[in-house]
Amino acid sequence: MSGNHPGLSNNFSRSGVKFSWSKDNLKSIKNIISKYPKGREQSAVMPLLYLAQEQNHNWISIECIETIAETLSMPKIRVTEVASFYSMYNTRPVGENLVQICRTSPCWLRGSNKITNTICKETKCEINDTSEDNKFTVVEVECLGACSNGPMIQINNDFFEDLDEDSTKKIIDNIKEGKPNIIGSQKGRRSSENA
Amino acid sequence: MVLKKVGEAQKMLNAKDKVFQNLHGFQEPFIEGALERGSWSNTKEILSKNQNDIIELVKSSQLRGRGGAGFSTGLKWSFMPKDTGKQHYLVVNADESEPGTCKDREIIRNDPHTLVEGCLIASYAIQASKCYIYIRGEYHYEYVQLEKAIEEAYNRGYIGKNACGSGFDFDLYVHRGAGAYICGEETALLESLEGKKGQPRLKPPFPAGVGLYGMPTTINNVESIAVVPTILRRGPDWFKSIGSENNTGTKIFCISGSVNKPCTVEEEMGIPLKELVEKHCHGVEGGWDNLKAIVPGGSSTPMLPKNICESVLMNFDDLKANGSGLGTAGVIVVNKNNDIAEVIERFAHFYKHESCGQCTPCREGTGWMHRMMQRLVRGEISPEQIELLENVTKQVEGHTICALGDAAAWPIQGLIKNFKSELISKYNKKLKAS
Repeated sequence: MSGNHPGLSNNFSRSGVKFSWSKDNLKSIKNIISKYPKGREQSAVMPLLYLAQEQNHNWISIECIETIAETLSMPKIRVTEVASFYSMYNTRPVGENLVQICRTSPCWLRGSNKITNTICKETKCEINDTSEDNKFTVVEVECLGACSNGPMIQINNDFFEDLDEDSTKKIIDNIKEGKPNIIGSQKGRRSSENA
Repeated sequence: MVLKKVGEAQKMLNAKDKVFQNLHGFQEPFIEGALERGSWSNTKEILSKNQNDIIELVKSSQLRGRGGAGFSTGLKWSFMPKDTGKQHYLVVNADESEPGTCKDREIIRNDPHTLVEGCLIASYAIQASKCYIYIRGEYHYEYVQLEKAIEEAYNRGYIGKNACGSGFDFDLYVHRGAGAYICGEETALLESLEGKKGQPRLKPPFPAGVGLYGMPTTINNVESIAVVPTILRRGPDWFKSIGSENNTGTKIFCISGSVNKPCTVEEEMGIPLKELVEKHCHGVEGGWDNLKAIVPGGSSTPMLPKNICESVLMNFDDLKANGSGLGTAGVIVVNKNNDIAEVIERFAHFYKHESCGQCTPCREGTGWMHRMMQRLVRGEISPEQIELLENVTKQVEGHTICALGDAAAWPIQGLIKNFKSELISKYNKKLKAS
């Protein structure tokens, strides 16, 4: 995978606007910090990165890092290294729908290559690209942990499983048209039962 | 009680002996369904036992950790120091990321109360008043399900202050990972929980002495913890009556790859691999004779060629005796329509991607091995270079802080061991063509 994957890039950038927590998030932060012992507030850095990413249109800017460091009384570099180490924190802007295609062997054995091709074609994106209308960013990722339901993809928080080319195209079309999608198995399985 | 010996005829697991009655989510996953399935029915009584007695019961059930290493769960608990006056922690490893493995996901989203109750009982046994469940970040839906189950347990007084009226105070928290396989390694997981990069710690000191925040800590897999309430309810003898000596109980198997119906299923520990594939997955795509090899326990375990797949039993000891391991029981089936070298090349890519970068042999070795594997797929490496590759895997193996280096080396070793002549003929063919 090239360094252009938004979650793996170590090039952080500024958005140009100061990042301050929303009212709701300030409440959540209090709650999150209370889960960890006194003096161990640093433990909250991962949940706070998630909150910041959610509030900041799905990416972590340098301003986010500065605000988290201030909230948790941590050096900025410690927040930065956590944000760069974990692949789920995007260090550059991504499209409205982050499409993650599992490429690891169990999904590959069931045809993940075809799914990748379909998605690239339908979204008009190369891997690691964002579409012109900013609707999609397409990335290939390592095992997402739904191997008995491969091939599968994750779009933002949702898993789409048991895919083939037609169902994949349908999912992308629905997103384009603003229609809802069925999450989970696209072949009518409840979970990973044999059926 | 007479224990069955390995190799005795096995039959399909009786439905009533399944620990996870709602593995596939056809019933209500939350409290109403959980109560019907027997969760929380006599937890107070279990918690009235002496802590050592609980540890002894779990030990005598011969439950072995379901996260990959297969270490006795009861024995692990007994390593926790007693009455230190320090804060003890239980940390549950729900960072399920081993390619081929998707079992904890089903427990968490469909039967979360088995895990919540298990956390309470295990924490009580090791005198931990706090427990963290570390769940992989991608499992967002599962995280939501688990949080809901925990909230229900709090609301009913099953956990929290005076849990189940037992006098034991217990808090349970969920911490989300963020896409790093290495955080499934127990000490990297602790680092991550402490808000740092997930890079493994040197051992010793072991987590039982110096773990989370420097306090005594036990780290267990989701499945290991979630089966504990049922073991204590039905008794260690019941658990031992399933499976064989030292490989007892039921086990969740996840089968993926070239089978007709990939699935996740709870079965008797030690079910023959062939039976697992034939009965539950309706066979290999293209028939059993179209089978190339099977990776039996997640990507880190060496593959088994077809002749071994004919008779091997899916338990810790038999797989070990056949040069592989049960690992996480993520069974990846590869048939002859696929290039076995590319399956392993993709694993090599995975390990390159997931190496944390701390130890040189792994950081540099995983990249080098992956580049060699890419060339091997294209038939570009000579027999001498294949030997060099094998040699390098042995230099990575055993020379790193954690087992990721080993895990990256083993699949390649398994490939070369079983299919060397095929790799060489690939090279010769390419040579001829050019």
